[in-house]
Amino acid sequence: MIHRFLPLLVTSAVLVVGFLLCAAQFPAFASLRVVGNLLTDNAFLGITAVGMTFVILSGGIDLSVGAVIGFTTVLLAVLIEQGGWHPVSAFAAALAVAGGFGAAMGAVIHVFQMPPFIVTLAGMFVARGLGFVLSTDSIPINHPLYAELGDLALRFDGGGKLTLPALLMLGVVAAAVVCAHWTRFGANLYALGGNRQSAELMGVPVGRTTVAVYALSGLLAGLAGIVFSLYTGAGYSLAATGVELDTITAVVIGGTQLTGGYGYVIGTFIGLLIQGLIQTYITFDGSLSSWWTKIAIGVLLFVFILLQKGLLAVWTGRGGTPAEA
Amino acid sequence: MTDPTPTASSPLLAVRGLSKAFLGVQALDGVDFTVRHGEIHALLGENGAGKSTLIKTLTGVYQRDAGTVTLEGRTIAPRGVEEAQRLHIGTVYQEVNLLPNLSVAENLFLGRQPMRFGMRFGLVDRGAMRRRARAVLIPYGLTLDVTAPLGRFSVATQQIVAIARAVDMSAKVLILDEPTASLDAQEVAVLFKVMRTLRSRGIGIVFVTHFLDQVYALCDRITVLRNGRLVGERRTAELPRLDLVAMMLGRELEAAAHRIAPPVDDAEEDARPPLVRFRGYGKARSVEPFDLAIRPGEVVGLAGLLGSGRTETARLVFGMDRADRGEAAVDGQAVRLRGPRDAIRLGFGFCPEDRKKEGIVGALSVRENIILALQARQGWLRPIPRRRQEEIADRFIRLLDIRTPHAEQPIQLLSGGNQQKALLARWLATEPRLLILDEPTRGIDVGAHAEIIRLIERLCADGMALLVVSSELEEIVAYSRRVVVLRDRRHVAELRGGEVAVDRIVAAIASESVPVEPRP
Repeated sequence: MIHRFLPLLVTSAVLVVGFLLCAAQFPAFASLRVVGNLLTDNAFLGITAVGMTFVILSGGIDLSVGAVIGFTTVLLAVLIEQGGWHPVSAFAAALAVAGGFGAAMGAVIHVFQMPPFIVTLAGMFVARGLGFVLSTDSIPINHPLYAELGDLALRFDGGGKLTLPALLMLGVVAAAVVCAHWTRFGANLYALGGNRQSAELMGVPVGRTTVAVYALSGLLAGLAGIVFSLYTGAGYSLAATGVELDTITAVVIGGTQLTGGYGYVIGTFIGLLIQGLIQTYITFDGSLSSWWTKIAIGVLLFVFILLQKGLLAVWTGRGGTPAEA
Repeated sequence: MTDPTPTASSPLLAVRGLSKAFLGVQALDGVDFTVRHGEIHALLGENGAGKSTLIKTLTGVYQRDAGTVTLEGRTIAPRGVEEAQRLHIGTVYQEVNLLPNLSVAENLFLGRQPMRFGMRFGLVDRGAMRRRARAVLIPYGLTLDVTAPLGRFSVATQQIVAIARAVDMSAKVLILDEPTASLDAQEVAVLFKVMRTLRSRGIGIVFVTHFLDQVYALCDRITVLRNGRLVGERRTAELPRLDLVAMMLGRELEAAAHRIAPPVDDAEEDARPPLVRFRGYGKARSVEPFDLAIRPGEVVGLAGLLGSGRTETARLVFGMDRADRGEAAVDGQAVRLRGPRDAIRLGFGFCPEDRKKEGIVGALSVRENIILALQARQGWLRPIPRRRQEEIADRFIRLLDIRTPHAEQPIQLLSGGNQQKALLARWLATEPRLLILDEPTRGIDVGAHAEIIRLIERLCADGMALLVVSSELEEIVAYSRRVVVLRDRRHVAELRGGEVAVDRIVAAIASESVPVEPRP
């Protein structure tokens, strides 16, 4: 039992120890305000990373999510500011477009048996390009609802607050945990990531599941785009560049195997918090360049992958004696 | 013993006049096949007999060209594995087709999990799933942690879980395609018990195997196919082994396969200089240090139980694993084997046990597979001319009777025995001085079996030295001049000349009051 949860435990331990170290150096660190900001600042990343976790669990990858976020923000800005749409209808339209885009990529992957890497790489270029077609400039969104939504938050004593983006992310993570472990769709994802052919022989609807998981990833990227536009108050086609890699990093640090079949949504959430923690630390320090975030995350990622490989070797290298019941 | 009214009772599954062709090759030609309630029915035949095609047609992987299939009187034509399962035909393959990353319970109930709050949009009731998984496994004598990943358990356990899943999904016909191929004797016994229990519950079991002992130990009836046609259906009790083999081969198995190697003058033999000699050769956690000498024209057998160090010894000799102690000499000159490249340069060849994983390159043609080792030895900068490649390939296809439409056929489309022969051809093309064969007859049928044994004898008559690993003791005895017996990763005995006999090998394995079965 300990084997299965070990990567998760290690990730959690890194988060706790990291947080304690930060708090020891900067007493102001251990406040609800910092934690609340950490959640808000990383909300769009967290929502995207949930979709990415599902895709990776199923044995695939989705490189298009950053571009879809960028495209969504531009689409929202154009619809609201130039088209005069009400934000709520614009939200619905953006989610439908992003979800449909993901579903289309899933369909191509399944029907033509194409590698997800290539298909979603193409999707990344297409989405980024479409954003530029809509507008090359950053468009501010000035609708009053945006200001209202931006103010919406659960406030706590001492200045801490959970903003709408943070709440949305927590909701998505909770729903995803339930989806992964208490639904047939979740079981099918793990099955697909374990061995596609066996899953098919066991009656898993492979095509439907593949399309659904990329549609879900697209939909969540769309939602992340909405959150991002709320957060920045603008739509810009270059927004969220490289986010696909940040989310993959969160997934891997969270203990999910890139080859699929093993991992947990909650691990991704913790991986995300670790990244956010490093970023916050560097902000607190003030003297370090923000690029140290990337370096620290790079090193951490490397260490985690080594750790996983080590654990896997210990776990599967049982020598000549097969484990008996 | 079962089937009290053989003619009166209506069959469970009746196949009549089944035909199936692939690109003009008639894989099945008007085959009849009947399975009755509560019987274990062996489906036997050589490579290319049509067993796999018949099974895949029954399970919906292929669609038949002609003929009828009726299950309890109802005509069926499944279009996929899922539909076949719904029609009560369950299948368990040799390579377990379950998911090692999911828990045992999830494997048992994937796609049909017990739900709460509604079937469609409800949630999986994980507690109920665990409880039901435990209950399902009890009749199979399995009490295990159903929440542990399936990959943690032995192949035998996984196979029983696969059977339990198929049966629990209301299988009336259970097809077991070579389920015993990768099990040890103890595991086979457990599986047989399960099969007998299922038989007593009225399930019709189709059992495909290459082990004739198992057929006679277990099966009520035997159906034999050959070249896509039905040879006949018999009750096991009324079919002597010799007749069965004759049915499978269409001819009498030649006695050569069981002839004892001719006696030789040991003193004179031992005086000959060895081709290779290993002294104190070994590797920690792999094989204890051993001495081994092999002379030209000699076959040395490595015998022992599964996991006794046979394959490890072969891997050391070929340099696939690096020895950490001892010395090796070829023609009296000390050599170092740092990898297969060194071994190949010294004129060694190696046919691995797992031909799918370590041997054939599935997508390459038969010709490309055959010239692979020769080309590797020449170096890739000096390609063998295409004409020469074709000559070599055609020569070995003829010599070893490799059944393929032409040399350009992708090797993965060949049957197991023919792949094995192509692999042999690959090494023979390099004209090796020492050829190591690890389980050369594993997973191939009786006919190809005999041919490979004849081939081994011919090879050493030509002066090649052979080191052969095999679990088939009769086989080892038939061609080996000396047999090295291993136990617990240690060379425990070397039998020579007249000593080479099955009972002596067994005695050596069992000696020193060490239990034969490695596990309690």
